[in-house]
Amino acid sequence: MGKFNKAGGREMPELNTSSLPDLVFAFLFFIMMVTTMREVTLKVVFRAPQATELQKLEKKSLVTFIYVGEPMQEFRAQMGTSTRIQLNDQFAEVSEIQDYIAQEKSSMKEEDAPFMTVSIKADRETPMGIITDIKQALREAYALKISYSAQPRVN
Amino acid sequence: MGKKRKAPAVNATSSADIAFMLLLFFLLTSSMDTDRGLARRLPQPVPKDQKKEDVDIKKRNLMVVLINSSNQILANGQYVELKDLKGIVREFVENPYNDESKPEKVEVDVPYYGTMLVTKHHLISLQNDRGTEYQAYINVQNELASVYNELRDEMAKKKFGKAFMDIDEEQQKAVQMIYPQKISEAEPKNYGGK
Repeated sequence: MGKFNKAGGREMPELNTSSLPDLVFAFLFFIMMVTTMREVTLKVVFRAPQATELQKLEKKSLVTFIYVGEPMQEFRAQMGTSTRIQLNDQFAEVSEIQDYIAQEKSSMKEEDAPFMTVSIKADRETPMGIITDIKQALREAYALKISYSAQPRVN
Repeated sequence: MGKKRKAPAVNATSSADIAFMLLLFFLLTSSMDTDRGLARRLPQPVPKDQKKEDVDIKKRNLMVVLINSSNQILANGQYVELKDLKGIVREFVENPYNDESKPEKVEVDVPYYGTMLVTKHHLISLQNDRGTEYQAYINVQNELASVYNELRDEMAKKKFGKAFMDIDEEQQKAVQMIYPQKISEAEPKNYGGK
């Protein structure tokens, strides 16, 4: 019964972990593919409205975001507390939206431009007046596909 | 013990840790959450020199949904609760009993379905006040969207035995022909404003 001979001095072979980094790297690349880097820092308070009939936005590269809400605490001293629009990293006026859209459109591939979608991320307590102004500006800029960003409602 | 030993391999244990660190970094700085929302199409802009002409819409084909500045909903002039809105709109779009006061039905040739009676000319005009809360507006938009989704789902189930989302594009187009989504987001007016 040599098999049970403890005096053999054989140690349990160590688990081969040399492929572990490869596994992790594969996972890393997967994450890098499916996610986008957070490009903007939010400067407005944004709590998405809730809805049930939601559609996913398909291609992230075709989506432009417009944030609407009250300025965050640290900007209140300068900006006041009334609802503001945020384009990219800064506060903007409604009149700047057209230029912004034109700029975003020109940075896209030409064949993609008609499919551009503008996602309006507005706070749930925003008065509709400002949203309507944005919608009018988007119409003028021929950005006709829009999406009202919302969260799935939890019952 | 005195046997010859192999040269120890380069210690690669820490490379896993390094990769994990990178992984964590990307997990934290990127956002996985897909943005969801209610998709809508805006109408073409009106040329500035063109006078606004009133489009002639028969009264029975039009439903005006108005949200005022205190977030109350008026459907065709009558005050309704949000939960009742769906039923009213559904009846309006579907017009199941060919009601005289509901949208007229037109015969349309639809692929897969054949000739169908469709309330082709119906129009839901969604109007709001400048002071309406965004959530109230989204609520109404959501109800309207759910009416269309429900009707389309039923139509798809009847013919293909599947939900609207699960049938292919051609079939979706056919169903959309039967229930075209006609929501007009009119320019705002100031009703009983502040």
